[in-house]
Amino acid sequence: MTAARQIYAIVRKDLLLELRAREQVTGMAVFALLTLVTFNFAFDLTGADRAASGSGALWVAIIFAGLLGMGRAAAIDRQQGAWEGVLLSPVDRGTIFLGKLASALLFIGIVEALALAVFAALFSLPVLHPMVLLVVCLGTVGFGTLGTLFSVMAATTRAREVMLPVLLFPLSLPIVISAVRATTLLLTDRQAEVGPWISLLLGFDVLFLGISYVVFGHAVEE
Amino acid sequence: MASVATRRSAETWSRALGWLSVVLVAISVGMIFLYAPSDRVQGAAQRIFYIHLPAAWLAYLSFFIIFVSSIAYLARRHPRWDRLARSAAELGFVFTTIVLLTGSIWGRPIWGTWWTWDARLTTTLILWFIYLAYFMLRAYVSDPERGARYAAVLGIVGFVDVPIIHMSVRWWRTLHPEPIVVRAEGPAMPDTMLYTLIVALVAFMALYVFLLIEKYRVERMKDELAEVRLQHGV
Repeated sequence: MTAARQIYAIVRKDLLLELRAREQVTGMAVFALLTLVTFNFAFDLTGADRAASGSGALWVAIIFAGLLGMGRAAAIDRQQGAWEGVLLSPVDRGTIFLGKLASALLFIGIVEALALAVFAALFSLPVLHPMVLLVVCLGTVGFGTLGTLFSVMAATTRAREVMLPVLLFPLSLPIVISAVRATTLLLTDRQAEVGPWISLLLGFDVLFLGISYVVFGHAVEE
Repeated sequence: MASVATRRSAETWSRALGWLSVVLVAISVGMIFLYAPSDRVQGAAQRIFYIHLPAAWLAYLSFFIIFVSSIAYLARRHPRWDRLARSAAELGFVFTTIVLLTGSIWGRPIWGTWWTWDARLTTTLILWFIYLAYFMLRAYVSDPERGARYAAVLGIVGFVDVPIIHMSVRWWRTLHPEPIVVRAEGPAMPDTMLYTLIVALVAFMALYVFLLIEKYRVERMKDELAEVRLQHGV
């Protein structure tokens, strides 16, 4: 089997589980929407300067929902020894990582599509701009990469619900900063200054994709 | 397991280094308060810099040691690399805390605030949180071997991340004084200040190596104790 087919097999398994149990996407989506609504009360998201706080609210919603979903995905894999089955299959550990990352990105992507649409409608901000979508994609890949690596580790610890954010938040700070900045710049029509932030996101993604691909095998050894 | 003779001689060296660092730290404290001149603008508050800077270097040096020993551990799987990482992590956490505290104490009279979201400050704070995550990860994993592997993964990812965190926060905003020791034109301070700083750096370094050796020995004893307990089914 080629790596692409192996990745497809893992994504298919996760998708099938999700279609039958509906434990991840629904929960994440409701959570993301509630975060957006709650932020509306915490900051005034209807005023003239709503673009600045709005992009913050959007990213907090995405990241919290992603955290929830990836933690849940790792917990589901742990049930009834499913994860041992994945590890026993004749698939390279790096490929398993890419497969898990692909399913995480798929699920977070669905939630993001919904959250962006609702966000655009509720706060009348032009977030469905192609550049904003690019920033969302790059930010999600970076966050999903670290999340996939650490959620597998956190799932075997005690207090795993606590462990994942404690690991993930400090390390994904560059993603948060550059994604929020880039989104704010795009929403306030200052597209000329976005370049460095996008390169930072891109660099982060490439670097940590490489590192996670290599070290994932050490994290999942049983 | 190292032979008894090697351990004895290591112990002697470590003890000598311990006394050396006591003497050096004493000299350094004397120089900081009696020899170094007062800063014309900042006054006595500037003297905290002689502790702040060495502590900052050691905080980042510890992280580098963790990074290297994490790679070595994942490649070789010898427990000595994990012990070294564990020892460096604890020291790094202590020195990162010292950096944050001394910086904060200095910032109050000079900047007029305990804290500001400047690049270097923010990066150090995040480094502190990564150290914290490192200890929590170890504490929450019941199997020591797995804990060591997880910690090594975090040690590698975290170390690579710190420069990126720094860069991202610097683009965001910065206020910290520009480096005055390591720069192309040479240090921007009078010689007496520079000598005080060098002595403080050497003293801190000696203290650090001493603490690292001692910490490593404690960690090794812990491992051996756990092994003995396992053998006797305690």
